[in-house]
Amino acid sequence: MTSATSDEQLSVPGPGATAPGAGGADVAVRSRRRSLGRALAPVAAMAPFSIYSFLGLGVPILAVIYYAFQSEQGKPTLSNITLVTHGSYLLGFENSIVLALITSIVPGILGLILAYAIATSRSNLLKRLVATASGVLANFGGINLTFMFIATLGSTGILTAWLSAIHLNPWNFGFNLYSFYGVVLVYLYFQVPLMVLVITPALGGLRPSWREAAENMGASSWRYWRHVGIPVLMPSVLGGMLLLFGSGFAAYATAETLTAGTVTLAPIQIGSLLAGNQLAGQENVGYAVGLGMFVVLALTMILYGLVRRRASKWLR
Amino acid sequence: MTEHLVATRTAEPAPAGARVSLEGLVRTYGATRALDGFSLDIEPGEFVALLGPSGCGKTTALRVLAGFEQLDRGRVTVDGRDVGKISAQHRDMGMVFQSYSLFPNMNALNNVAFGLRMRHQHAAQRRQKAGELLELVGLSDQALKYPHQMSGGQQQRVALARALAIEPRVLLLDEPLSALDAKVRAELRDQIRQLQQRLAITTVFVTHDQEEALSMADRVCVMSAGRAEQTATPATLYSRPTTPFVAEFVGVSSRVPVEPTDGSVTLFGERCPVRPSDAGVPEGEVDALLRPEDVTITLDDTAKPFVTHKSFLGATTRVIIQVDGVAVRVDVRSDVAADIELGARVRPSVVSRDVLLARRAPTRSETVD
Repeated sequence: MTSATSDEQLSVPGPGATAPGAGGADVAVRSRRRSLGRALAPVAAMAPFSIYSFLGLGVPILAVIYYAFQSEQGKPTLSNITLVTHGSYLLGFENSIVLALITSIVPGILGLILAYAIATSRSNLLKRLVATASGVLANFGGINLTFMFIATLGSTGILTAWLSAIHLNPWNFGFNLYSFYGVVLVYLYFQVPLMVLVITPALGGLRPSWREAAENMGASSWRYWRHVGIPVLMPSVLGGMLLLFGSGFAAYATAETLTAGTVTLAPIQIGSLLAGNQLAGQENVGYAVGLGMFVVLALTMILYGLVRRRASKWLR
Repeated sequence: MTEHLVATRTAEPAPAGARVSLEGLVRTYGATRALDGFSLDIEPGEFVALLGPSGCGKTTALRVLAGFEQLDRGRVTVDGRDVGKISAQHRDMGMVFQSYSLFPNMNALNNVAFGLRMRHQHAAQRRQKAGELLELVGLSDQALKYPHQMSGGQQQRVALARALAIEPRVLLLDEPLSALDAKVRAELRDQIRQLQQRLAITTVFVTHDQEEALSMADRVCVMSAGRAEQTATPATLYSRPTTPFVAEFVGVSSRVPVEPTDGSVTLFGERCPVRPSDAGVPEGEVDALLRPEDVTITLDDTAKPFVTHKSFLGATTRVIIQVDGVAVRVDVRSDVAADIELGARVRPSVVSRDVLLARRAPTRSETVD
């Protein structure tokens, strides 16, 4: 508006100019076009991402919602929803949530400690090595990872054999790689490096002078962390843990190949329902489980938003 | 309320400034010797500036005093007590950092109250005291703002209040003004000095800005290569530098080649005594170091030296004259300088009672072609 006004002021006709009013109106139109162009520019810039998000996220969600409320005959129904909120499907959600919680909190804390140790290390070589290794390991999941664990810690795995030789075979002490906690162990393998990757930049933002200032005013190391370090890191830690929660909640291939479906988890149930190799004609129940997963993740994000809002009120 | 705080502080004997002594400090980082036998004594309530170029060891000295750096050799005493084994946490020294270093998750009030909280003071007490200190630095209306909501100058004033809150016996200022713009820097400079004088806290101020050091400090310690070159009042440091480094680092000096004989030199045709130097008598080719106010000029058409530049500085004008191929700066009253044209022939003479000599620099940038 300001520039438009100034344009109009600049267009006051001088001696020999065209008829009064005609030039001013022309400039005003050009000015309005420029304003419109400026207003539309951000929308145009966002368009590719918006379209991509709609096709990649919006359409699948709409499809899941649509099919979750349809019977096999294509009629509207609540029976799928009723089914997935009871019995083994409910157990699948419970297990998936517990798995996601364990594999977000434990690696969250371990990753934070590891990242801090590396961030405060004086060895640049170590820092580079860990950053590279974390990048690789955080993306090393699925069948390859499962096979690696089976070859290492399976009942006839190489580490199991070595430990057996010294009478420390973990399987004799109740360990079972193909159980729920076996899945937890395997998930830790990629969740800890993922947390290291996510939290390292935040740790870099912790200024050494804050610690010195706290120390200078009589704070012990613990009190520095309690009053400054942890509160400052909290939004980033929560964000990292949310990422781990989502990763642990939705991971499929690792758990499926490790347990062959013996551990009841929501993603494995969806896989079974859509594949139809156990229960044919129940695809829409699979969509209902998928909808349940959306709801769990949405609730988690709302909860995260509330906690983060409180933890980061100093950032606003 | 502010008056109450100041009155309380000055009436009670405990918070009075401490006597600080740094004796033969040596600190090395690999092959680099950051402190090389640095010594300095600071009187109670004195404001001492450590001045020097980057890498001279001034910040290292401050950090050693604060307890953030370990010494390889030497001793730090506060009121005669060796504090070498006392951690920074227990030294009772307030420090203001160059980069403000306010805790971002706390508002101004809580930042100031932090040290009191660490000393287990009651919440109401520390809130009251923090409020008083914010008032002292003129920021009582900013008490609930977070650091990112304040300007750099405001943040640094909160940092100053925070350092003062614990009633330190020594206040350490690590280039606290260098990140601020010129106007705020000048304001805060005055405020820090006034507060320091009112509260009588022994203060060590690190800076590379000679104007700050000379205008704020009771004494200035000029450092070079991890050692103290000269420690003196600003006036003495400026008018009676005892080493060539100080003469050239503090203020402006012109180098004029001379040949010393019998403790004096000939400058512009006149004999002038040589000033005793801490660095000793330089050997080989030497230059006399002349302040712009050490020299006067008079118009003389028969003289060889002539005016090459003039810079108006306000009350004075800096005139640069060429004498036998060497540029010499001379400060002249501006009303007098108005009558001096570029190219005018002038006759220089030395008005200081003696001159400092320095070994001739390998290249003389002052030489006029």
